[in-house]
Amino acid sequence: MNNTNPLGATSAGTSSGKPFEQIELRIGGMTCPHCPPAIEKAIAAVPGVTSVHVNLASNTARIRYGPARTKLADVLQAIRAIGYVPGTATLRIPIKNMHCSSCSIRIELALQMTPGVVHAWASLGTNAVDVEYDPETVDFGAIRQAIEQAGYHVAEPKLKNQADLLDPAEAALEDEYRTLMRKFWFAAVITIPVIALSYPDLIPGLRDWMPMGSGTRRVVWALLGVLSFPVMAWSGSQFFSGMWNALKHRAANMHTLIATGITAAYAYSVVAVAWPEVFPDPKLAEVFWDVTDVVVALVVLGLALEIKARGRTSQAIKKLIGLQAKTARVLRDGKEIDLAVEEVLAGDTVIVRPGEKIPVDGQVTTGASAIDESMITGESMPVEKVARDEVIGGTLNKTGSFRFRATKVGKDTALANIIRMVKDAQGSKAPIQRVVDTVSGYFVPSVMILAVLAFVAWYDFGPEPRLVFSTIVFVTTLIIACPCALGLATPTSLTVGIGKGAENGILIRSGDALQSAENLDAIILDKTGTITRGEPALTDVVVIAKGQAENEILRLAASLERGSEHPLGEAIVKGAEARGIGLAEAEGFAAIPGHGIAGRIDSQDVLLGNAKLMRDRGIATQSLEADWERLANAGKTPMYVAIDGKPAGLVAVADTVKPDSKAAIEALKALGIEVVMLTGDNERTGRAIASQVGIERVLSEVLPEQKAHEVQKLQLEGKTVGMVGDGVNDAPALAQADVGFAIGTGTDVAIEASDVTLIKGSLFGVVTAIEISRATMRNVRQNLVGAFGYNVLGIPVAMGVLYPFLGILLSPLIAAAAMAFSSVTVVTNANRLRLFAPKRIA
Amino acid sequence: MSPDRLSVTIAGVLLIAFIVWFFWFKRSKGTRAAETSGGYQEAMILVKGGYTPDTIIVRAGRPVRLNFRREETAACSDKVIFADFQKSADLPTGETVPVELMPKEPGEFSFACPMGMFRGRLIVE
Repeated sequence: MNNTNPLGATSAGTSSGKPFEQIELRIGGMTCPHCPPAIEKAIAAVPGVTSVHVNLASNTARIRYGPARTKLADVLQAIRAIGYVPGTATLRIPIKNMHCSSCSIRIELALQMTPGVVHAWASLGTNAVDVEYDPETVDFGAIRQAIEQAGYHVAEPKLKNQADLLDPAEAALEDEYRTLMRKFWFAAVITIPVIALSYPDLIPGLRDWMPMGSGTRRVVWALLGVLSFPVMAWSGSQFFSGMWNALKHRAANMHTLIATGITAAYAYSVVAVAWPEVFPDPKLAEVFWDVTDVVVALVVLGLALEIKARGRTSQAIKKLIGLQAKTARVLRDGKEIDLAVEEVLAGDTVIVRPGEKIPVDGQVTTGASAIDESMITGESMPVEKVARDEVIGGTLNKTGSFRFRATKVGKDTALANIIRMVKDAQGSKAPIQRVVDTVSGYFVPSVMILAVLAFVAWYDFGPEPRLVFSTIVFVTTLIIACPCALGLATPTSLTVGIGKGAENGILIRSGDALQSAENLDAIILDKTGTITRGEPALTDVVVIAKGQAENEILRLAASLERGSEHPLGEAIVKGAEARGIGLAEAEGFAAIPGHGIAGRIDSQDVLLGNAKLMRDRGIATQSLEADWERLANAGKTPMYVAIDGKPAGLVAVADTVKPDSKAAIEALKALGIEVVMLTGDNERTGRAIASQVGIERVLSEVLPEQKAHEVQKLQLEGKTVGMVGDGVNDAPALAQADVGFAIGTGTDVAIEASDVTLIKGSLFGVVTAIEISRATMRNVRQNLVGAFGYNVLGIPVAMGVLYPFLGILLSPLIAAAAMAFSSVTVVTNANRLRLFAPKRIA
Repeated sequence: MSPDRLSVTIAGVLLIAFIVWFFWFKRSKGTRAAETSGGYQEAMILVKGGYTPDTIIVRAGRPVRLNFRREETAACSDKVIFADFQKSADLPTGETVPVELMPKEPGEFSFACPMGMFRGRLIVE
C-alpha cells in the first residue's frame, strides 16, 4: 500500500501551528523487501497521517501528518506494534532549578511542544527530565533551548552518563579527605604542648615551676583544657555527629565508641582542674587532655588514610568508566557530524580514524584496522578487523580507518553492561560476610558493656589510685575496639578482586560466585566452542600419487568448493587461502546432495566427496582407506578428491582445538581440579579431542537437554562442580552448576545464566577466574583473621587482664594509634590484591 | 564493700542494662510503602546515621521502588545492599537514588551498608 502524494508536493513544515508537518523517522529492524509496505500500512492507519513513504535503502520513513489530529507518539506506537524499532533517542537531562511539581509539569509541556520531541518525563526524584525525541528533527541543542525558554537550566553542559555519576562522589570524597587532614593538623599542632605540659612531674624544670597542687599547675592545666576544647569540638566533630545520628536509630558505631571515650577523658580532666577538692587524694586530680587530643588526631588521620586507600580499591571500575568515549563521528544525510556519544542511534554509520576510540558497539561495514581490545578482553595483541567483524565500544582503533554500523548504544553496549555487572558484583556480599554482619550488629554495644565492666572491676578491686586506673581502662577499651576493620575486611577485598577480574576480561557476577569458585573440585568443559573453536578448519591434505603436490590437490578442492556454501567447503577455501594458494574458476559446478561436489577446473574433472560418491562414480579408493580411517579416528572429517576419474588424495577438516586449550587444562589440573569433557559427539570423536588436550574423563553423546543432568550427576558424587559453556545452549547446565562460566563472544557479555563471564574466548579465563577467587578469598580471610584477632586480643589487654600477671596496662595513646591503623591495614592488605597477575602463557 | 564501691557497681550494672535495652531491644513498627498509580509501592528513605524509616512494609508480587536519599558523607553509607535480591546501589551524597525490587515471596529481607553498620528491613506480606 503506497498511498503517498508525490513527495515533492508535500511542504516540509516543522514548526507547530501549521496544518501539516513532515518528519523523517529512522526505523530499525527492516531487513526484507516486504517490510516497507507493512510499515507504511501501519503508519497510514494512524488518524491524521496523510502520507507515508518508507525507504528501505536509508531505513527511514517520511511521514506527513496533521499535528492537530496526530500525536507523534501514536505513530511510533504503530511502528512498534508491528515489530519494528522507531529510531527515537532517549536522553536524561539533569535540571538545575526544578523544585516543585508544577516545575516538572511546565518543563514537560515545554518539551512536548517542541517539534520532534515524542515524550518528556520530568521527575523531581531524579531532578532530571527524560526526553524521547526524533534525532532527525531535533537535537540536544534545541531541547536545551526549549528547557531554557521555559525558565529552567540544564544542570551541566555534559550529558549525564556513567562517568558523571562517579565524579560528584569522587569530589565529595576528596573534599572529605582534605577536611580530615586539616582537622588532623590542627589537632596535631595542639597535641604537642598539651602532652609536654600534662606530665610536669616527669620533666625536671616543669616539676619545680608547677609543683603538684600549686596554683600555677592549675592555671596551666586549665589553659590546656581551653586549647583542647576545639580539638574535641572541631577536629572530633564527626564522632559526635556520627554518634548522635546513630543514637537516633538506637544504633552504635565506631563514632559512639570514640566520642564516649574522649568525652570521658575530657570530663574527668575538667573535674580535676575545676573541683580538685572532690578527689579524696590530690594525686587523683590528674588531667587527660592529652588522651583526648591524641585520640582525635590519630583516629582522624586514620580515617583520612582509609579514604585514600578505599579510593584505590575501586580503581578498576574507574578505569572502565574512563574508557567510554565522549563523542562519535556519525554519518547523517551524507555529512559527517560529531555528536555526543549519547546521541548515537542503533543503525547509525560511525566513522573511526586511527588512534580514535570506538564509541559504541557495532559491525564493520567498510575499511579494516587493527584494534586494541585489551581494556575489555584482557587480550594484549591487537585484533584485526574487516567487514562484518564486531567492534566493541571503548576499544582503541590502532592503524586503519573504517566505518561501522552501530548495533548497541547507550545502556546496551558491552562496556555499559560490564560496568553495571562489575558494580553490582562489587556491591554484592560473599556468604562469608553474613557471619561478619551478625557479629558487627552486636559488636559496639558489647564493647561498651565490656568497658563498663572493666571500669567497675578496676574500681572495686584495682590498686590505688583506683579512679584514675578505672578511667584509663574505660577509655582505652572504648578506643582500641575497631568495628571498622571488621566491617571493611570483606567488602574491600571483594571490590579489588572483582575489579581485578574485570581487568583480565573476567566478569564475576557476585561475591557468592567468587567464593564458590574457590572450592571447585571438578570442571565440566563443553567441547564445542569451549575447548575447540566451534567452527571447522582445514587440518590435513593427503596425496596419493608421488609427484603431486599437496597444494595442487588443495587448490583444486578449494576452487571447486568456492561455489558451495557448505561450512566444510568454506573451511577448505579458507585453508587454501591461508596457504597462499590462488584459486581457479570452476566450470560446470554441480552439488550432489549428501555426497559431495563435482566440476571442471583447468580442463580437469574434479570430484570431492565421501566414499559413496567415489563408489557411485566407479573410483577405487582402497589405497586411501588407511589414511581415511586414521583421520576419522582422530575425530576429523576426511573427504576424497578424485581427478579425471582417478583417486588423488584426501582433504580433512575438523573443529580444531583452540591453541591454548591444552595449556589451560593442564593449569586447571595443576590447581587440583578434575577436568571433564562433555560433548554431543560420538565416543570416538570425543576421545580424539580429549586425548589431544589431556582430558581423561569424557561424557559423550550427551543431548543438549541432558547437560544439566550430567552436571547434577557429578554433584551427586559430592563434588563442587563448575561448568564452562557458551551461555546460550548450555544455560540450564550453567545454572545447575555451582559456578557457571560462560564463554562470551564479542559484545555479548550480559549472559544471565552464568556466574562468571569470560569476555575473551580462551579457557585460560577459567584458570584466571579460579586464581582470582582463591587470591581474593585468601585476602578476605587474612583481613578477617587480622580484624577479629586484633579486637579479640586488643580489647582484653585494654581492659587490663594482663595487669595482675605481668603488670602491663595499655596506654590510651597506644590504643588510639592501634585503632587508627588497624582499618588502614585492612584496606592496604586488600589493595595488595591489585598486584595479582594471572599465571598465563601468552 | 565500701559504699563508694557499692554505688559504682550498682551504677555499672544499671548502665549495662540500659545499653542492652537501648541497642538490642528496639522494635520499630515500620512504614507501609505508598502505592502509586504506576503500580509501584514507593517509599522514601533518608540515609543519615541510619535508615529513616528503617523498616518498610510492602506487599508481595508488586514492584517496589525505594528512593534513597543520603545526606551525609560518612564513607560507610555510600552504598546500600539488598543481599537477598542481589542488588546494590551507589548513594552519592545529596542525590535521590531509586532502587527497584520485585519481592515475590513474603518474608523479611534486610538491607544494609557494605559494612553492616546501617541496617534496615523490608517486610514483605
